Amino acid sequence: MPAAIFRQLRRILLTALLGGLLGATLVRLGPGFGVDERELDNRLSQESRQAIQAEHARDSNIAMFYVRYLSGLIHGDLGFSRSLNRPVSQLLKERLPLTLGSLAYGVLGGVSIGLALALLTACWRVPGSDIAPAFLAGACLALPAAVIALLFLWMNVPGRWAIALVVFPHVYRYSKNLLVATYQSPHVLAAQAKGLSNSRILFAHVFAPAAPQLAALVGISVSLAFGASIPIEVISDAPGVGQLAWKAAMDRDLPLLVNITVLVALMTLVANSLADLALAAWRPDVSRETA
Amino acid sequence: MKLRLRLKPSRTAQNIALVVLFLVALASLLAGFIAPSPYAEQFRDAISAPPSARFLLGTDDLGRDRFARLLYGTRVSLLLAPAAALLSTFLAALIGGLAGYLGGRWERYVTAGIDLFLSLPWLFLLLAARALLPLNTSPITSVAITFLLLGCLGWASPARIIRAGTRTLVNSDYLLQARASGISGARLFWRHLLPNLRPMLLAQFWISVPVFILSEANLGLLGLGVSEPLPSWGAMLRELENYTAVLQNPWMLAPVALLVIVVGCLQVALRTEDQIPC
Amino acid sequence: MLRIDWRAKAPAPQSSIAATKTGPTRASAADQGVRPTNRRRLRRFSGLVVHSCSKVGQTLSSANRAFFATALLSALTLAAQSTNELRFCLRGDPKTFNPLLVEDENSETVLYLTGGVLVRLNRYTQELEGELATKWKVSENGRRIDFELRPNVQFSDGTPFSCEDVVFTVRQLMDPALHSPQGDTFRSANGPTEAKCTGPSSVMVRFPGPVAALAAHFDQVGIMSVRSAHKEAAVLGPFTVAEYKPGTYLLLHRNPNYWKRDSNGKQLPYLDSLRLDIQQNRELELLRFRRGELDIVNKLDPEMYDRLNTEMPRAVVDAGPSLDWEVVFFNQVSSAPLPEYKRRWFRSDEFRRAISDAINREDICRVVYRGHARPAAGPVSVSNRFWLNAALTPPSYSVNSAEARLARDGFHRSGDALLDRDGHKVEFSMITNSGNKLHERMLAFIQQDLSKLGIQLNVVTLDFPSLIERISRSYNYESVLMAFANIDLDPSDQMNIWLSSGPNHQWNPSQKTPETIWEAEIDKLMQAQAAAQDMKQRKAAFDKVQEIIAEKAPMLFLVNPNALSAVSTNLKNVTPALLRPQIYWNAERLSIGNKYVSQR
Repeated sequence: MPAAIFRQLRRILLTALLGGLLGATLVRLGPGFGVDERELDNRLSQESRQAIQAEHARDSNIAMFYVRYLSGLIHGDLGFSRSLNRPVSQLLKERLPLTLGSLAYGVLGGVSIGLALALLTACWRVPGSDIAPAFLAGACLALPAAVIALLFLWMNVPGRWAIALVVFPHVYRYSKNLLVATYQSPHVLAAQAKGLSNSRILFAHVFAPAAPQLAALVGISVSLAFGASIPIEVISDAPGVGQLAWKAAMDRDLPLLVNITVLVALMTLVANSLADLALAAWRPDVSRETA
Repeated sequence: MKLRLRLKPSRTAQNIALVVLFLVALASLLAGFIAPSPYAEQFRDAISAPPSARFLLGTDDLGRDRFARLLYGTRVSLLLAPAAALLSTFLAALIGGLAGYLGGRWERYVTAGIDLFLSLPWLFLLLAARALLPLNTSPITSVAITFLLLGCLGWASPARIIRAGTRTLVNSDYLLQARASGISGARLFWRHLLPNLRPMLLAQFWISVPVFILSEANLGLLGLGVSEPLPSWGAMLRELENYTAVLQNPWMLAPVALLVIVVGCLQVALRTEDQIPC
Repeated sequence: MLRIDWRAKAPAPQSSIAATKTGPTRASAADQGVRPTNRRRLRRFSGLVVHSCSKVGQTLSSANRAFFATALLSALTLAAQSTNELRFCLRGDPKTFNPLLVEDENSETVLYLTGGVLVRLNRYTQELEGELATKWKVSENGRRIDFELRPNVQFSDGTPFSCEDVVFTVRQLMDPALHSPQGDTFRSANGPTEAKCTGPSSVMVRFPGPVAALAAHFDQVGIMSVRSAHKEAAVLGPFTVAEYKPGTYLLLHRNPNYWKRDSNGKQLPYLDSLRLDIQQNRELELLRFRRGELDIVNKLDPEMYDRLNTEMPRAVVDAGPSLDWEVVFFNQVSSAPLPEYKRRWFRSDEFRRAISDAINREDICRVVYRGHARPAAGPVSVSNRFWLNAALTPPSYSVNSAEARLARDGFHRSGDALLDRDGHKVEFSMITNSGNKLHERMLAFIQQDLSKLGIQLNVVTLDFPSLIERISRSYNYESVLMAFANIDLDPSDQMNIWLSSGPNHQWNPSQKTPETIWEAEIDKLMQAQAAAQDMKQRKAAFDKVQEIIAEKAPMLFLVNPNALSAVSTNLKNVTPALLRPQIYWNAERLSIGNKYVSQR
């Protein structure tokens, strides 16, 4: 078991670092890399402009940049953000708690609301009972995250709940289909015919077969929530990692972007690995074949 | 052999949903005949006008007829967003389904690849796409390329769920029986496995349509998406960020109301026997 | 939360203020001679009151206790809201606290409020006034300036101010390795800069070449201390940086050693503190202003101005046309990846003038800017009274005039489309920065206007780095709509734009030699006005430059947007100016009045 966990951790770390390199390559090859809006400043002399361009030219060789980044990483140095003029480690340390908190609220809230509505629809089994939740989920999908965030600000509700509203339609739709289909499978009908209680049917005969997909759903909710956190933090001016990611992207701040990519990759991989672990504990038969 | 469930479907709700969708699609196709004025014409003497006989949904802040723009915008969004959703759903089914079906090492690599894909800043790919496109690309070509890119990028999250669903089905009785009957490989995958992933695929399709419509609006910030003067739902939805204007001019909510109706009807219309409770 | 630790080692000038996790204790604040703020007094007072009340409350009945608690809460709220603190927002974090490396708007705000300068351009009267210098004299044809310094002035940490501080600051400023943007404004020629004390309170600075409007440039130079251990943290301005929580807020406290006094001898500033919240979202900023959480909103956009005007008419300020430009220019770069026929169009004076005539500036002002803008005649706003060439007027909107110009240049209509003399359909793109709703609307307007000539305009919005790359590196664009923010009245700041060799000569930058006769003429005139000291001579030269620009239209000047802001009516001594910072240019004289005055 410890060997398996070590292998999994190693896989996560290597994948995340590979993600950082690919992310850096995407940024480097994208348009606008190496330009600086300071060049539009009328006051600057030719030498000052050349100094600005030289600053950016240092990062233009992506392989060398990434080697420097990795060697700095070993010593705990995550690099320096050119756009914010501060060490990246300091920026992440300040902003990570807020974003992690928002993600926790967003994922837990979104998954809870989505699952609850899906269960309501699946268990209640009244014709047309899924129409109202469907339109509610549709309304949340139809409204831009920015509009939801503004609405929440106007109502003085913390923006983190807006993330839950963005996540819940995804969770609801998948889990509702899944639970309804599972409820109507032969083994559940047999269990009902035998007179088992509703709660036993739900936990032992409905959740169990649906567990792999529910686990995967919780896993991808993390990356959905992070994706939603970017516009929501930007709109509500919350100083989290999402806002930092947007600013870094708009300023083409390579050190910051690489670190955020590695961080997001780690979060996604860890969340999905935890989901797989939970599945292993609950459905060892399925997860044995997965391993 | 597919799993069949003996249920009595309620068709009234589905019929109504289908009729609504049909009417919306028809109205958008006949926009040229229904719309009282061209979508790009600016009536500069009637800026932000309220609804009237002349302008059924009023005018926007450039004096353009909102009703005409809604009709034409519906055409663009309703045509292209479902196409992109279909593409992303197909890719998710292929990649996620194959990963779950093959299992073992292949599944591990594909799963890690999916997680990696989810973490990358695809914004820069989209920026690169804009950089490569000539500036004089026609609006419709630009928007088609936008939705194509969205379709190609939107498969990763659902692929993971589909992979998990496939794992559950791989050792089910009916597949074992099919294998025992000598069916294997591609035929087993396409004819017996994928069709039973239908509930998940339909869920993915239903979610993707509004998500891509909104994504198109956000891509306007990068120079992709629908460019002026072509209207789109996404651009109209972005107007809602001006919440005070919305409170004063509630007819600005027409696009979001229409989108909610269309998305809701789409879900109801896409329900099959095995998804209808009771 | 970062606090400024006065005991920290002095950082190098390039770095931002060092931050520690522990804040100064009450004892250390007292040691530094920093007076406890009203907020701390209030806290102590409230604590005492609450303790006393709890004793009293124990003897009252429950109903009386409830009433008493409500009355107490109201009183405390009233007391808290009368704290003398001004609140407004910055659009982002300041990049630096080093006064010599200020480039972004947020750092400029901090510099304005904390930096002491030798002379200050009064933003309201547009006259130069002495601050740390009581007198100054420009000589040697604009190469040398002598200052008489104000006596008995101290930095915020008590270090005395002297001529050595000015010498130190100028040497840092002109250090080529520092690449200070403010320093570059003085660098009209290569060579060393000489700065020395010429007396106990006088200083001389000699630059390698003549500098136009030499004295006025010192408005942007914050004087640093040569002796203080706190370097850039020791300031001479009305406020000092007390707390900085990145991404959230910046708190400035009054400088206890500020030299300025009002006419009654009372030490300035009147305000105890300034809280600058870091807020990018303008909707949120407006919402907070309407709730009374902010006192100023700088740079309102026209739609927000009108919205606020209906609810709080006494709170909005329209100071008239600002110095900013909204311009369109075409790509005239020889090496640009353009088809030859399009290059011919963009280089044709008649083509550019035709486009200019076809754009309805009045409609843009009326509709896009909701009446809060003025059509522009050229690079000088009507508000810049001295430098404006009053003989010039904005081009009148005329489709007939535009068609006539195009016809003279060989263009002709074929059905709905306009064709050039070789039969190419006139179709080109115009790019602008995304996220700017005003620009997006202007583009839609220009598109509609040009369609009347049969021109198909394709509009594209791009993120800012992609836009900059196209206009300054790859030159892969056709035409651009851009906004230029002007801070200074003097055109010598625009040298890099008008000189053909200038990197900001947007339509065809960094030319080795002028490619057209009129650009050579502009070069000569701009250099003449930069070298002349006589203001009349300088104006005559720049008037001619404006005439050439109006005739040749290398940039189509569309409008000068008005300077719009919102100010709480509780803020006293506000006199809105056109120049930035429009509202708090006299921050040391602002004060907060009664918060319960209605703003409606």
